[in-house]
Order: sequence, then structure tokens, then C-alpha cells
Amino acid sequence: MSNQDHHHEETFISKYIFSLDHKMIAKQFLLTGMFMGIIGVIMSAFFRLQLAWPDEGFPILETFLGKWAPDGVMDPNIYLALVTIHGTIMVFFVLTAGLSGTFSNLLIPLQIGARDMASGFMNMLSYWFFFLSSLVMIISLFVSSGPAAAGWTIYPPLSALPQAMPGSGLGMTLWLVSMSLFIVSALLGGLNYIVTIVNLRTKGMSMTRMPLTMWAFFVTAILGTLSFPVLLSACLLLIFDRSFGTAFYLSDIMIQGEILTQTGGSPILFQHLFWFLGHPEVYIILLPALGITSEVVSTNSRKPIFGYKAMVGSILAIAFLSFIVWGHHMFMTGMNPFLGSVFTFTTLLIAIPSAVKVFNYLTTLWRANIQFTPAMLFSIGLVSTFISGGLTGLILGDAALDINVHDTYFVVAHFHIVMGLSAIFGMFAGVYHWFPKMYGRMMNKSLGYAHFWITFISAYGVFYPMHFLGLAGVPRRYYSNTAFPMFEGLVEINELISVFAILGVVAQLIFFFNFFYSIFRGRQSSQNPWRSNTLEWTTPVERIHGNWPGELPTVHRWAYDYSKPGMDEDFVIQTTPLKDGEEEGH
Amino acid sequence: MENLLTILISLLAIIALVQLVRIFELATKLKGQQEIEISDKENHYNGLALLIVGFGFVLFVAYSFKLWGHLILPESASLHGIQIKLLWDTTMYLILFVFFITQPLLFWFSYKYRGKKNNKALYQTHNNKLEIIWTSIPAVVLTALVVFGLKTWNNVMVPDTSNAMVMEVYAMQFNWTARYSGEDNKLGDANYTLIGGINTLGVDINDSASSDDIITREIHLPVDEQVLMKFRSQDVIHSAYMPHLGVQMNCVPGMSTQFAFTPIKTTSEMRKELKNEEFDYVLLCNKICGSAHYNMQIKVIIETKQEYLEWMSQQDNFNTLISR
Repeated sequence: MSNQDHHHEETFISKYIFSLDHKMIAKQFLLTGMFMGIIGVIMSAFFRLQLAWPDEGFPILETFLGKWAPDGVMDPNIYLALVTIHGTIMVFFVLTAGLSGTFSNLLIPLQIGARDMASGFMNMLSYWFFFLSSLVMIISLFVSSGPAAAGWTIYPPLSALPQAMPGSGLGMTLWLVSMSLFIVSALLGGLNYIVTIVNLRTKGMSMTRMPLTMWAFFVTAILGTLSFPVLLSACLLLIFDRSFGTAFYLSDIMIQGEILTQTGGSPILFQHLFWFLGHPEVYIILLPALGITSEVVSTNSRKPIFGYKAMVGSILAIAFLSFIVWGHHMFMTGMNPFLGSVFTFTTLLIAIPSAVKVFNYLTTLWRANIQFTPAMLFSIGLVSTFISGGLTGLILGDAALDINVHDTYFVVAHFHIVMGLSAIFGMFAGVYHWFPKMYGRMMNKSLGYAHFWITFISAYGVFYPMHFLGLAGVPRRYYSNTAFPMFEGLVEINELISVFAILGVVAQLIFFFNFFYSIFRGRQSSQNPWRSNTLEWTTPVERIHGNWPGELPTVHRWAYDYSKPGMDEDFVIQTTPLKDGEEEGH
Repeated sequence: MENLLTILISLLAIIALVQLVRIFELATKLKGQQEIEISDKENHYNGLALLIVGFGFVLFVAYSFKLWGHLILPESASLHGIQIKLLWDTTMYLILFVFFITQPLLFWFSYKYRGKKNNKALYQTHNNKLEIIWTSIPAVVLTALVVFGLKTWNNVMVPDTSNAMVMEVYAMQFNWTARYSGEDNKLGDANYTLIGGINTLGVDINDSASSDDIITREIHLPVDEQVLMKFRSQDVIHSAYMPHLGVQMNCVPGMSTQFAFTPIKTTSEMRKELKNEEFDYVLLCNKICGSAHYNMQIKVIIETKQEYLEWMSQQDNFNTLISR
């Protein structure tokens, strides 16, 4: 893209709707992700009402769910639909598109010193496919047989047979269409991110001078482009099974008194294909959050990130391992025990790079000069949840121990803490930190503090007690526990969880208020409000197409020269040439 | 009308909030505070809060085992459960050890190194020795854990089943059926195309092994005897989960799966241990399977061999069932 481009007249449509500018596309991803997030989070509040107070009528449920909640009592089918769509929305629409889509788009060109993405047009398509996908997913909520309800993992035959449950009717078809569109969006975005990082780094920005955010987004994009196509094929084969009578996943089935003609397929095949994406997906969600945290922690510790090369190495190691561990989701499918052994081995290996990352974060904080911005608080929250949730992975990844906690609330606790909370904390950190870059204004700090503290406490309040539900043997995706005398003692703990859940949901209103208030009325930001080293803070506050008004910046040092002795300030922007005799860090 | 009022009130509340925040921001501006920079006071209070909340959380985790420990399933009622328990305890102590070191460090560092205007952070980029230490220690510990885990897994999943009693648990939306192999200890062939009428499991009448099979709606197991449980499903994937026995296996249509185990506590022993006269073992569905997934269960009774044989003698075998 040439220098003159930003003199173009921009119409309303080309500026705000079909924009080719990565900064605008980032905001589009963020706003759409936030909108989907509201739906996903409200759903969780609804099913928490049901779990804590089963059989009790809540008028609000009837208002929102209509015929699915007569007299405010939730129907079992809509319960399953809610957990399914909650999972789908949070995993894909919020924490993949909303997180990666927003910050990869915003930061990649800005932090490597490029005028825009390699292909602005592909980037625009990526957003609009995501928009369409969201639209289809939302439409699926309103079909008369209800939305998809087979769990976010949509295992066939349950998801393949409309006879098996109402949610496997039109709702499931729309789910599959929506996800296929979503994957197209993820691939268009991912390819663009990779090409941009490889080709468009400015002069002096070698790979080893890139901020860790760039490494995280780069590796995430590679993970996505390698694994999402596999999910697309899984979805397409499922569409064939559902609509064209093929038998990829179906065999020997009699349902509702009807003997199906399909034979020879394997339901387990779907699980292999699904988790071949599904496990890397966990890291597609987590790595960007860790990348954001590395940047935020270093900046606000006023201290270089400790062990830059070890951090890059562990990102690469985690990414590599994430491709060979998918079987740990399937220990109980009756797989050959030898295969279980292999997956146990590879899974537990992930603990090593993860531990390295944690120790490096801790050492970064050691003898730092920590500035507690809301972003920094969320980043520290992330490190805490990453430890808490990561550790229980040692149990679930060990096939022998998995036998008795597989598919129980222990799993729900584990993945919500290690992946859900960590990623959403990373996303909040990113929003607070780069809000000035997006809107040229600051978010309100005090509201940010209130938001963090209520969210942090209620998050642990929701998910920590769930470990005990799991250890008591409570299966996930149960509409109610009342059918089993052995779960009678768990009523109070379920109520406690729901109270924290509702508190946590309400606390997000603070965030949304702060976000929209600050867009219009927030304090004007200065050019480099966090006194940060990276290139995005050398662009003018006012958004311009092409990012830098004149020449592209030239990079002379790595991104983490904070509190370097012999410097006037406690930060040195990457464009500052090395002084005579000065050694480059890392 | 009511909805309109709700919307109006919410709107007013939002406007009030906007004005409040506005006033607050103007006030800080008047006081001449540089709003963007974090003041020492803010650093102090947030650091302190992290210390208190963080340590509070860590202490609560320690206390939670006392508070909620009684909710955890009792010691496994099957033989392999005892092997697994050793691995479980080892892993659990390791997890808690790491947890109680890293979390307090995180919150302590956050407090201890909270920012102050005149402080300067240490410029420290890396330390290869440290990196090697904290890569190799987890590597060694995990190697031990992997070896221990694999040994346990193989012992549990690949036991010698030559003398085990063979039986089948059959899953369909939304109930379970048990089929015992009878005197020949061999299950008759079964096929979903043969399902019909009273033959709900599709057992093949022409297979000689099927005539003495016994179909029941309760699972009875003799204590201290190994059972090889086979699983089939009629429609969608289910998962047979017996939490107290530490048994779980998916039931997949078109495929046969199995799990071998030895129960070691009878129902009445367990009732005594739990001080609960109502207690019963249960096999429940642990893979989402449809609207009544949450209530797909079958009672499991573990009893002495004598009681078991007595119960078994009262059941009709497949031949009698069909010819009736």
C-alpha cells in the first residue's frame, strides 16, 4: 500500500461498514464479539438459575424463552440448547473471533510497522463472513424446533438424527452452516495474519525483535489455518450424513423404533476430526491471551519480560504439542489402551512449557515497579487462573485418573478456569490496554478497578466449587440433579455458584457502560499513555489510513527495554537507535 | 406498559450514571491529578487488595477440603480404584504443592513490588541457568508421573479377564438394560436388526450361546468377583458411569466397548460406611444423549455370592422369555 492512500476520500460505507482498514475491522470484530458475548453470558445466567433452583418458576425465563419455559420453568431441551449455544458462542464467537480477530487485526500491522494487512480485501471478507456466521447462529435461536442442543462438541449420532432430539433438526443445520461460514472467516483472517507478519515487517523488525504479542498471534494463526479445515470437513461430512443419507458417522442404529439403513460409519471418527481442531482451538484461544498478557505485564512492571527466548520457545512448544494431544478428550470412547498411553504422555508434556511461562511471568514481577492499570490487574488474574486451571490438567490428562472425573463438573471447572477465564481476562486486559489506540480516549480507571475486582472474585466463586461437584461424581450437561439421591447434598453449593455467576454477569454491565461511555466521553488519550516501547504508540492518536503519516518507522531494538540503566526514561521506544557502546537486550 | 416503564427507568439510570462518572472525572481533573498515570495510592490499594484477596483465595482452597471434603466420593468400591487412588493422591499432592508456592508468590510479588513514583525496576532480561532449572525440574517430575500413570492405566485397562464373569449393559434413550451370559459365560450374538417385540436387545435366537442369557432391569454383582462388562448402544452415544466403582466407558452404536473390574464392597457395607440406609450404587449416563439424559440410570446392587445366586435363580433366561 502506498503512502498516498490515506488521502483517499472515505465515504461512510467504506469507512465504517465495508472498511479495508485493519483498525476499523478490529473494532468491528470487537463489537460483534461483545454482542455475541452478551448472548452467551446471559444464557449461562439462565441455566445457572435452573441448576440452583430447579422446578422453580422465573418469569424472566418465560419472557426470553417463551414456549420453552412455560410458567418460567425451563424445559430440558432448551437447557441443553442453552449450554450448547453458550459453549459455541464463547469458544468460537467471543474467544476466537472476538479475541484473536480483534487484536490480531489491530496490532499486527501496528506492532510490526506495516501500513495495513497484506490483503485488506481478504481482511474485510474475513469480518463479513464472521458477521454472516453470527447472523445465522442468532437466527438458529429462533427456529421452532429450537437451536442446536447436542453440546458444543455436537457428537453424532445425537447431532445427526433429528429423531434423537428437537435440537438436531433445523437448529443443527443452521449451526453447521454458521460454523462453516465461521471457519471460512477464520481461514481468511489467519492466512492474512501469517502473510503480513512474514512479509510486511518494517526495516529492523527481525523476528526476534517482535513483541511477544506478535509471536502469539503468528503461532495462533498457523494453528488455526492447519486445524480449522479439519473441522470444516467434519462439518461437511455431518451435513452429508444428516441430509444426503451417507454414513460417515452412522452405523447399526435403531431410533424411535426405526431401523436406519446407514451402516459402516463410525461416530468416533467425528470425535477424532472434531478434536483435531478442538484441542488446538484451546490454544487458538489461549495463546493470544498469553501474548497480550506478556505485553501488558512487561509494560506495567516497567521491566523487560523475563526470558524472551524461553517465552517464544514455549509458545512454539505448546503449539506443536497441541496437535498431538487431541485423544485425551476421548479416553473413555473405548479406544485401544495403548493409544490412551500415547495421548497421556504427550498431554502431560504440555505442562513443561506452561510451567516455564508461569515462572517467567513470576520472575518478571520480581523487583518490578508495578503500575496497576486495570489491564495489569486482569493480566495478573490471568496468570492466577492459568496456574489454577492448568494444574488440574495433570489429573484430566492422565488417562487412569480421567476415568472417574471424565465428563463431570471437574472438567467444567478445569476448562473454564484455564481457558475460559484466562482468555477472557486476557481479552479484557487487551481492551483496557489498547482502548486508547482504538478510540483515542481512555477508559475510566475506577470503573475498571470495580469491574476487575468483582469479576475476579465471582469468577473463582463460580468455578472453584465446581471441582467438588465433579469429585462428587456430578455429570456435566445434566438438566437437574434431583433424579439422584446421591446428589442431594449439593444443593447449597449449586446455589452458591449461581449467586456468584449472577454477580459476575451483572458486573459486566460496569464494563459495557465504561466501554461505551469512554468511546464518546472518555478523557483524550496522549500518544503513548502507558509509556510503552512498541511501535503502535508511535502512530498519531487520530486514526489515519496507513497508520504513519510519513515514512514507516525503523526499528533498532527489541520491544522490552524498560528501566534500562543509562536511559533518561524508564522506557525506550523500539525506534530509538542504540547509543554508542549500548548492548541490545535479550 | 410495564415493559415501557422498565425501559424508561433503565434509560434514566444510564443517564444518571453517565453524569455521575462525568462529575467524578471533572473532579479529578480539578484536583490536577494526571488521570492517566497510576498514583502511588492506587498502586498501594490495588497491590494490597491483591495480597488480601489472593491469600484469601489460597487459604480458602486449603479450608475448602475441610468444608466440602465430605462431598467427595467415598473410597472406591472396586479393586482397581485402590491402585488409582495412589496415583490420584500423588498427583493431588504435587498439584497442591505447586499451587501453594506459585499462587502466593504471584500475589506477594504483586504487593511487594507495587509501583512507587521514585522506584525503578530491575533491568533483567534473562537467565539461562534459571530457565534450564525450571524446565528440567518439571520435566523430571512429569516423566515420573507419566511412567506411574501409564503403569496404572495399563493395569486397569488391560487386566487378565480369563476368569471374569461376562455380562452386557445395553444403552438406549433413556434407559439401561443388563444381560447376563448365563452358565456358559458367553453372551449370545446380538444385532440391532433383530430388535422387535419382547426381544428388546436384538439377541440372536439362533445362536446357541443366547438361550441361557438373562435380561434384567437391575444390575446385580457378586462382591470380590471380577466382571467383564461389555457395552452396546442402540441409538446415540451414551456413557456408562458408576462413580462409586470408578468405572466409566462410552457406549457407541455400531461398536462394542468393555471395562473389567472387581467390586469389593457390598451395598450393605457401603450403607454402613456412609451411615446412609437408603444408599444404592447407581450406573448413570455421562454422555449427553437427549432430553432425559439427566435421568438415565439403573440401580446397581453388589451383594454376596450367595445373595447373587439366589437373585439370579429367580430370573427367566432368554429361552423362557421368548417362548412365553
